[in-house]
Amino acid sequence: MQILQQLINGLSLGSIYALLALGYTMVYGIIKLINFAHGDVYMLGAFWGYYMINQFHVGFWTALIVSMIFCAIVGVVIEFLAYRPLRNSPRIVVLITAIGVSFLLENGMSYLFSSSPRDFPQAMQMVRYHFWGISISNIQILILVTSIVLMILLQLIIKRTRMGKAMRAVSVDPEAAKLIGINVNHTISFTFALGSALAGAAGVMIGLYYNSIDPLMGMTPGIKAFVAAVLGGIGLIPGAALGGFVIGIVETIVQALGFSAFRDAAVYAILIIILIIRPAGILGKVTREKV
Amino acid sequence: MLLQVKDLSVNYGVIQAVKGINFEVNEGEIVSLIGANGAGKSTTLHAISGLIRPKAGKILYNDREIQKESSQKIVSGGISQVPEGRHIFPGLSVMENLQMGAFLRKDRDKVKKDYANIFERFPVLEERKNQDAATLSGGEQQMLAMGRALMAAPKLLLLDEPSMGLAPIFINEIFDIIEEIKRNGTTVLLIEQNAAKALSIADRGYVLSVGKIVLSGTGAELLSNDAVQKAYLGG
Ligand SMILES: Nc1ncnc2c1ncn2[C@@H]1O[C@H](COP(=O)(O)OP(=O)(O)OP(=O)(O)O)[C@@H](O)[C@H]1O
Ligand SMILES: [Mg+2]
Repeated sequence: MQILQQLINGLSLGSIYALLALGYTMVYGIIKLINFAHGDVYMLGAFWGYYMINQFHVGFWTALIVSMIFCAIVGVVIEFLAYRPLRNSPRIVVLITAIGVSFLLENGMSYLFSSSPRDFPQAMQMVRYHFWGISISNIQILILVTSIVLMILLQLIIKRTRMGKAMRAVSVDPEAAKLIGINVNHTISFTFALGSALAGAAGVMIGLYYNSIDPLMGMTPGIKAFVAAVLGGIGLIPGAALGGFVIGIVETIVQALGFSAFRDAAVYAILIIILIIRPAGILGKVTREKV
Repeated sequence: MLLQVKDLSVNYGVIQAVKGINFEVNEGEIVSLIGANGAGKSTTLHAISGLIRPKAGKILYNDREIQKESSQKIVSGGISQVPEGRHIFPGLSVMENLQMGAFLRKDRDKVKKDYANIFERFPVLEERKNQDAATLSGGEQQMLAMGRALMAAPKLLLLDEPSMGLAPIFINEIFDIIEEIKRNGTTVLLIEQNAAKALSIADRGYVLSVGKIVLSGTGAELLSNDAVQKAYLGG
């Protein structure tokens, strides 16, 4: 039963990584940028949720939705101010800018709100259920179910809607997209909005789960979610979801085996192994093009 | 005059790809632009579609200057392009590729009719409607690229080497379709290396050589021109 317990813990943590990894992979897909500031958008989402609940006494779901909207706007603004002016610059320049944006958000928030952790308000009473020798909390269930619902919604948006299709078109061929009138900049903004909204949801949920938030809370999950995106195959949406769950489960199992100190190391070990044996990721395949 | 290109020059860094060319396209015509590899044909079309900004010169569409307009505005004004090498969207189904062609259109009912027209013209696309576009053969991809551009309901269709790499039977079909597009009221600016075919269906044509227009005339005139015969028709 111990293994089932860890699987459940791993799945709920993994769903947070999956939500974050989706943002990395969509942005990479469309502008080939590893958006290092993505983990910090998740942090901003957690803080916004914190203020909504503390100051405006809204319920958890309202906080979640408002944070998603807030983060969507933040993501669009970051892209507009920091990345768009560099659209025709070498990729390394944009990458370094993303790291700069990340520092700016982390240090700016530490300066404004102090770097010490604060308690996330318990917008929802934690209840634990015990059955078959395993224990699962309502918050774990909430995280898992909400994440899955959001992933399904994302999939529907990408597969079914006009903007979702445009996103896929711009990701594979921006020039051809322009030739039939798709506005590439708007499509990129839309992508940032989607990815950042998911990060905002993840931030609020992790606040509720760990009960603690701080301005640097996005660093480690950000990197792990990036590893998850690479693991699943960067640029591939189902890959990011899969990668997130795998990383969450591996981390929890390493911890359960008593190697807590190595749980981050285990994630990096996965990154190294995947880069060596399957650089395109689990779901990635070598692409070929017809001419 | 639907399209008028005036003293158009386009550079890539220091490379002068197009060096002050002039030509025009009248409503209802097929105009062919022929020339060897690297003559500047695709560059000219990219400038018309707003993918690249000219260094000098003007592009007038319905007497309005469009050389500084966004590609989105140009498409909504009625110019769409089938790029060289087709560039269909892999990973999107055939139907989704066509839907992307209609991205800017608001006239839902007309769009529906246009899908039906496209499927009538290219029955193979209807058969493969739900298939990933990347799985189509080269000729089918060309048809999809044309269908996609037509879904934008263009007044002026730009075609960049539609016969490239196709088997003769497909080439004939593509040229038949171009003539049919013209009959249905869409003006066509056609770029080709297959000069014989391109000139035979053209009302007028221009010969582009290293960034300059060196000859112009009706399709028939150019076909019988000695210089054209020597350089482009292997005669
Ligand atoms: N992106 C680019 N950067 C630098 N030079 C370019 C670029 N695109 C085209 N050129 C150069 O501009 C010139 C014209 O190219 P263009 O693609 O317009 O030729 P083309 O007539 O379409 O040739 P083809 O028949 O081979 O397609 C060529 O010398 C080419 O090398
Ligand atoms: Mg060309």
